[in-house]
Amino acid sequence: MTRDDDLPGATRRRFLIETAALAGAAGVGLSLVPAPASATPASMRAAIRKVVGEAPLKKGKMKIDLPPLIENGNAVPLVLSCDSPMTAEDHVKAMHVFTEKNPQPNVISIQLGPRAGRASVSTRIRLADSQKVVAIAQMSDGSFWSEEIEVVVTLAACLEGV
Amino acid sequence: MARALINVPAKSKRGDVIEIKTLISHVMETGFRPDPTGKPIPRDIITDFVCKYNGEEIFRAELFPAIGANPFISFFTVATASGTLAFEWTGDNGFVATESVDITVE
Repeated sequence: MTRDDDLPGATRRRFLIETAALAGAAGVGLSLVPAPASATPASMRAAIRKVVGEAPLKKGKMKIDLPPLIENGNAVPLVLSCDSPMTAEDHVKAMHVFTEKNPQPNVISIQLGPRAGRASVSTRIRLADSQKVVAIAQMSDGSFWSEEIEVVVTLAACLEGV
Repeated sequence: MARALINVPAKSKRGDVIEIKTLISHVMETGFRPDPTGKPIPRDIITDFVCKYNGEEIFRAELFPAIGANPFISFFTVATASGTLAFEWTGDNGFVATESVDITVE
C-alpha cells in the first residue's frame, strides 16, 4: 500500500496538522458542530460486560474481516466468522460487535443457531474514527470468545452535518 | 414500503449450506448528526431483522446506528426443505418491511 505514510518526510501531513492546529487556535476549529457523545473504551467495556456478564472472555475462534485502511467510514464491509462445527451440540449462539470510538459502542448483535450451517455474517458498518473493533461470539456451551482489530479511517462517518 | 432485495439460490440440494443476501433501502439516520441549524436530526434506524425458514426463526440481528445506510446483511443457512424464507425488518417510527422468497430443495 503506497500512501502518504510511505513517502519520505510526509510534509503534506505535517502541513495539515499545523494548519489544523492554527485553525484550532483561532477558535474556528469545529466549534459549529456540536460534539457528539463518543463511546469511550470504558463504555465499550461496559457494553461488553452487559453481554458477557461475569463469564471469562477468551481470545480466539472469532474472526473479524475488515479492511485495515478505510477510505470512507460510512460503509465499511465487515465479515464476521467463527470457528465452529455448527451442530446441535456445539454451535455459535450469538455474535456481537463493538467499537471504541463510535458515538455508541454497539454495532450489531446477531443470534444464530445450528441451522445456520456456517457461522459467518457480512454487513456494512459505519466507523467514526480510527479505532479498535471488537467481536464476541457466544457458544452453545456458554463460553465467550473474542477478537479485536485496529483500523485506520480516513473519512469518518456520523459526524458531518447535512 | 421500503424496497428490499433478496438473493437466495432458487434451487439447492438438501443439506447444502446456502448464502442468503439481503439489502433494504433505509436512511439509517444515526441521531448523532446535526441539521443545518445545529439541532441533532432525530434517530431513524432499523432496529431488528428476522429471517424465518418455513415459520422457524433461523436468524435474528439487532441493529444499531453504526450500521450503514441501506443495510446489507448476508448469512448462511442449511437448506432443509422446500418452502418459504420470510424476512422482516422493524425500526423506529413504526417502520416495518416484509419480504419472502420461495426456495426449492431437492
